[in-house]
Amino acid sequence: MSGDDSEDPKARIARQFIEAIPHSRELGMRLEEIGGGFAVISMPWDERLVGDPRTGVIHGGAVSALMDTCCGAAVISAEKTPRVTATLDLRIDYMRPATPGQRIVARATCYHVTRSVAFVRATAHDDDTDTPVATAAGAFTASSGEERTRSSEAVS
Amino acid sequence: MKRPEPVQVIKQRRDTALGKLVAGVPYIAWLGIGFERKGDELTATLPFSDKLIGNPMLPAIHGGVTAAFLEATATMELAWQLLWAEVESKRINPDEMTPETMPRLPKTIDFTVDYLRPGLPRDAYARARVVRSGRRYASVQVETWQDNRGKLFAAATGHFLMPARDE
Repeated sequence: MSGDDSEDPKARIARQFIEAIPHSRELGMRLEEIGGGFAVISMPWDERLVGDPRTGVIHGGAVSALMDTCCGAAVISAEKTPRVTATLDLRIDYMRPATPGQRIVARATCYHVTRSVAFVRATAHDDDTDTPVATAAGAFTASSGEERTRSSEAVS
Repeated sequence: MKRPEPVQVIKQRRDTALGKLVAGVPYIAWLGIGFERKGDELTATLPFSDKLIGNPMLPAIHGGVTAAFLEATATMELAWQLLWAEVESKRINPDEMTPETMPRLPKTIDFTVDYLRPGLPRDAYARARVVRSGRRYASVQVETWQDNRGKLFAAATGHFLMPARDE
């Protein structure tokens, strides 16, 4: 999916970055909306992602991957953040099983940014938009990221 | 006095039970996660593959993959402890276990991951510890590392809803 011309440059870069993530592509994630610290990403139901074959419900881990990607997208699209980020922590609460066969849509908001940390909240729904499938809250890096990526562990 | 069962028979029974439990979860197979058993202790392995990459520039494992690996390890540890008790007491015969008769898996209530270092393009290992397991709820801690056991790259804690015993 490509952005339209009205999209701001930061959102366009964030879109290109998110759409290039190998694992997100593998899960069939689609960026629906991005900009100003807000992102919407959807993921189709897929039998490879099933956690319980008796019910066909998707494994919580796949929902985590969707939430993490969506939260990261919201962070890098925010006004004051660098173009890269890494998750510091992410908590996911599972409200109910996602209905098999339905797309899961995650919406993330980066609601506060300091010089070094971005705070994010997210909600995921399937076709039933009244009750969330899951909610998430996390902290992401918002500094240049040099000390994380240039650490001796990262290159050794 | 009754002679103890031959060690191969015991091992085979336990390995069959674990194999069937793990094979019952398609997502675990898709990520490529395997479980190794020493007695009742499990170690999970996530072999690196390109589809697990989150940041192609570094490259680093996707944070969502790390979360999924930890959650799968925690769920399996809980399910394995339940199944172990059933198999050791001979209430369940692993050879006759089918997807329909297999004990139900615990359900995740919440799961919190601390990301401590970037996940490198290498195999990752994880072990879970059941902190408390009641009739209805369980609390589990889980750690993952790559080259050095002492250098965790992520750790998590989660709460789980245990399957009803008579289901």
